[in-house]
Amino acid sequence: MSAPRMTINGVPVEFSPGQTILEAAQSAGVSIPTLCHYPDTRPTGACRVCVVELEGARSLVPACATYSAPGQVVHTDTERVDAARRMVLELMLASGNHNCLICEAGGDCELQALAYRYQIDPPAFGKPPGTTYYYEDNNSMIIRDFSRCIQCARCVKACTDRQVNLAIAVGYRGAETTIVAAGDQPYIDSECVFCGECVQACPTGALLDKHARFLGRVWERQKVRSTCPYCGVGCQIDLQVKEGRIIQVTGADAVPNRGRLCVKGRFGWHFVHHPERLKTPLIKENGSLRKADWEEALNLVATRFAELKDREGPDKIGGWCSARITNEENYLMQKFMRAVLGTNHVDHCARL
Amino acid sequence: MTNSIGELEWADCILVTGSNTSETHPVIATFIKRAAYLHGKTLIVIDPRRLYLVRHAHLWLRQRPGSDIAVLNGLMHVIIRDNLQDHDYIARRTENFDALKETVARYTPALVEQVSGVPAADLERAARLYAAAPRAAIVYAMGITQHTTGTNNVISLANLAMLCGNVGLESGGVNPLRGQNNVQGACDMGGLPNVFSGYQAVTDPAKRWKMEAAWNVRNLPDWEGLTLTEMLPGIAEGRIKALYIIGENPVISEADADEIINPLKELDFLVVQDIFLTETGKLADVVLPAASFAEKDGTFTNTERRVALVRRAVPPVGQSRPDWQIICELSRRMGYPMDYAGPEEIFEEIRRVTPSYAGVTYRRLEQEGGLQWPCPHPEHPGTRFLHQDRFTRGLGRFFAIDYQEPTELPDDQYPLILTTGRVLYQYHTGTMSRRAPGLVEKAPECRVEMAAADAEAYGIQDGEMVRVCSRRGEIKVRAQVSFKAIPGTIFIPFHYYEAAVNRLTIAALDPVAKIPEYKVCAVQIRKLRPSPPKAAAAAEAESHGGSP
Repeated sequence: MSAPRMTINGVPVEFSPGQTILEAAQSAGVSIPTLCHYPDTRPTGACRVCVVELEGARSLVPACATYSAPGQVVHTDTERVDAARRMVLELMLASGNHNCLICEAGGDCELQALAYRYQIDPPAFGKPPGTTYYYEDNNSMIIRDFSRCIQCARCVKACTDRQVNLAIAVGYRGAETTIVAAGDQPYIDSECVFCGECVQACPTGALLDKHARFLGRVWERQKVRSTCPYCGVGCQIDLQVKEGRIIQVTGADAVPNRGRLCVKGRFGWHFVHHPERLKTPLIKENGSLRKADWEEALNLVATRFAELKDREGPDKIGGWCSARITNEENYLMQKFMRAVLGTNHVDHCARL
Repeated sequence: MTNSIGELEWADCILVTGSNTSETHPVIATFIKRAAYLHGKTLIVIDPRRLYLVRHAHLWLRQRPGSDIAVLNGLMHVIIRDNLQDHDYIARRTENFDALKETVARYTPALVEQVSGVPAADLERAARLYAAAPRAAIVYAMGITQHTTGTNNVISLANLAMLCGNVGLESGGVNPLRGQNNVQGACDMGGLPNVFSGYQAVTDPAKRWKMEAAWNVRNLPDWEGLTLTEMLPGIAEGRIKALYIIGENPVISEADADEIINPLKELDFLVVQDIFLTETGKLADVVLPAASFAEKDGTFTNTERRVALVRRAVPPVGQSRPDWQIICELSRRMGYPMDYAGPEEIFEEIRRVTPSYAGVTYRRLEQEGGLQWPCPHPEHPGTRFLHQDRFTRGLGRFFAIDYQEPTELPDDQYPLILTTGRVLYQYHTGTMSRRAPGLVEKAPECRVEMAAADAEAYGIQDGEMVRVCSRRGEIKVRAQVSFKAIPGTIFIPFHYYEAAVNRLTIAALDPVAKIPEYKVCAVQIRKLRPSPPKAAAAAEAESHGGSP
């Protein structure tokens, strides 16, 4: 049986049953702008940026929340679609204080990118000057700045569908609609577990990684893909680096974590640059440790090990590998213990 | 893990036992929670604590700590009694079923209720839910293994999985969640007293000859070495004179910690290699500064056997050096040059001597983003789940296992059970996590989780400092009345040196795995002061919060 077909922008395309129009278009290489859409979550059709013309439908339909059907004829780029998208974007820009000058998301903001693409002028229907917005800065990890929130609720989808933490929701109704945690409390007083999935999902600068603020714009950062140093899940992470220092960690869209991280992976990297890091070898002298250089320390260890091996035999020395170091290093350590010192007293903390 | 993390989301039933997954492996928990919450799959939790995961569970069996085998035998009893087992699988893939059948026949739901406290009706329901699922996955962690019966606990889980034909298929299996980033890799690489890399026995002459040829040495030792939990007592017995410890802080992490510090002081020579000066490092004769994960290249292997790249993102801090360079330098000074250009060259050697890693290359990891062993040759796609057509030994063997009580049970003097583990916001001995401001903000200090009923019985207020004692030691710790705790059992995390819970735990070991019984020992708890200022207690209560 051949795959069902539909027509997008005059071109017949195949789609898989269960795909939305957005997904079918993406598979066919047609780009449709979105703001609320988020992979691995259920569609909500909240932002209306992805509206398209579907022949036979009374109004424009959101591509992210409308399923494909055989024979559908879809237009993604008509004047009517364009006008609707512009209006949606204008309203979004008018709904808050979208000043890009010192916004952390600048250059990485999906709203900014769409405003640029659709050439949206400054808002025609702005809120009155002096309008205030909710701003939350009472924890050390996440800033919530609702002057930049467009209520796409991608954060809610990330929390509910991706992490299943169920800590935030869309609260109130109508013009009062806002994102709430635990009956509209600050994150720190709510059930939030600070996985930061919402920060990663936010298309604008409404949810920010507080540590990273003002440390570097997106184009100044180098992203280095690596593996998280905490538990055994092996989440793939992007270390965002500027001038030899990590400034932020984000979840990579890769197996096994598919972009997700926990609080330790995302906010637990400060030990790397901590002032208490050991910076030189230390040697115990008269009961206290003093700084030494590598030559002295390595020679001392090698000499003492050799002495002990000669005097006591190889089976009096034990070596502990580590679950914290790399495979290559563990391999070398057991090789060193077995081949050089001649002992099988090799173990590590697997049991603890 | 026999299976892969992503497969959990598509299991028809997930049985989680001895794993506080949403706090200790939060990202794996997302797959389990998605299965239950988004796809309506069955989630059964068997655990002495009311974990956050219980919120998503269809059924929670609350067993007395240490009674796991009774519960698992009870589940198998019901399955066999009601003829719900996978006859075809048992016939084709397993042996020794009759011995299992005979043993579990004694574990009637009524008996199991008596031993474990799990209501017979719940046990029956759980057995039917697990047996009815076409693909059921078992997930466990240290709550199963850190017992004197740890090995038998794991075997019992394997019995249950094989009984219902759940080993060797996608979204099934018996899945231990490894606790540390590269604990799987450390085992795979031969960081164990009895095997070289790839679990090649040191007592097997052929394997020894192979390694001797590869390493260009003669007379590799043919005896099994001591485990870490045996080396420490070995110091007092004169069997160990020197230790070279990398990235490990036994003063905090070992059972019965007071018994560790003194022997370490007795060593002729102690070398500690780490990124911080740990409590163990302070006892060392020489401390060598290592580079952190962000400062070097290499690979880690995760709990689903996936080898993934670690990449250097920033330069080493101060004069610190990657551990592999330090080992090479020592080796050279001892007359055995190790001249590797870098980690990739070391990995190439690993591939040559380790069959399960033979097909993994840095180039493939770069392009494919991770490979699961066994991956025996460069065209092999890696192995998502194990034992598909046969077990490593051929047929899967059932073992008839009987329930055995934990070593130390509560009595009049020490009436409470202490169980230990991690909290979401901290990690192991805190060397890394206690230096992150956000994690410290959420979990600043050690707290003993206790049930409201116990708090009332001992006249203890939430937030008050208490003294917890066992036969081996005592610590002072702040009380936290928690919905997670069940009367009679308290929980203390092991992250905090100032309230090091391993001063209390018992160094009783599983006879096979040599793992200490961290999950059960007997303690008493007392108020530290007659009556605390109420305001302080209230302020403390406010700073709690958060649930994964």
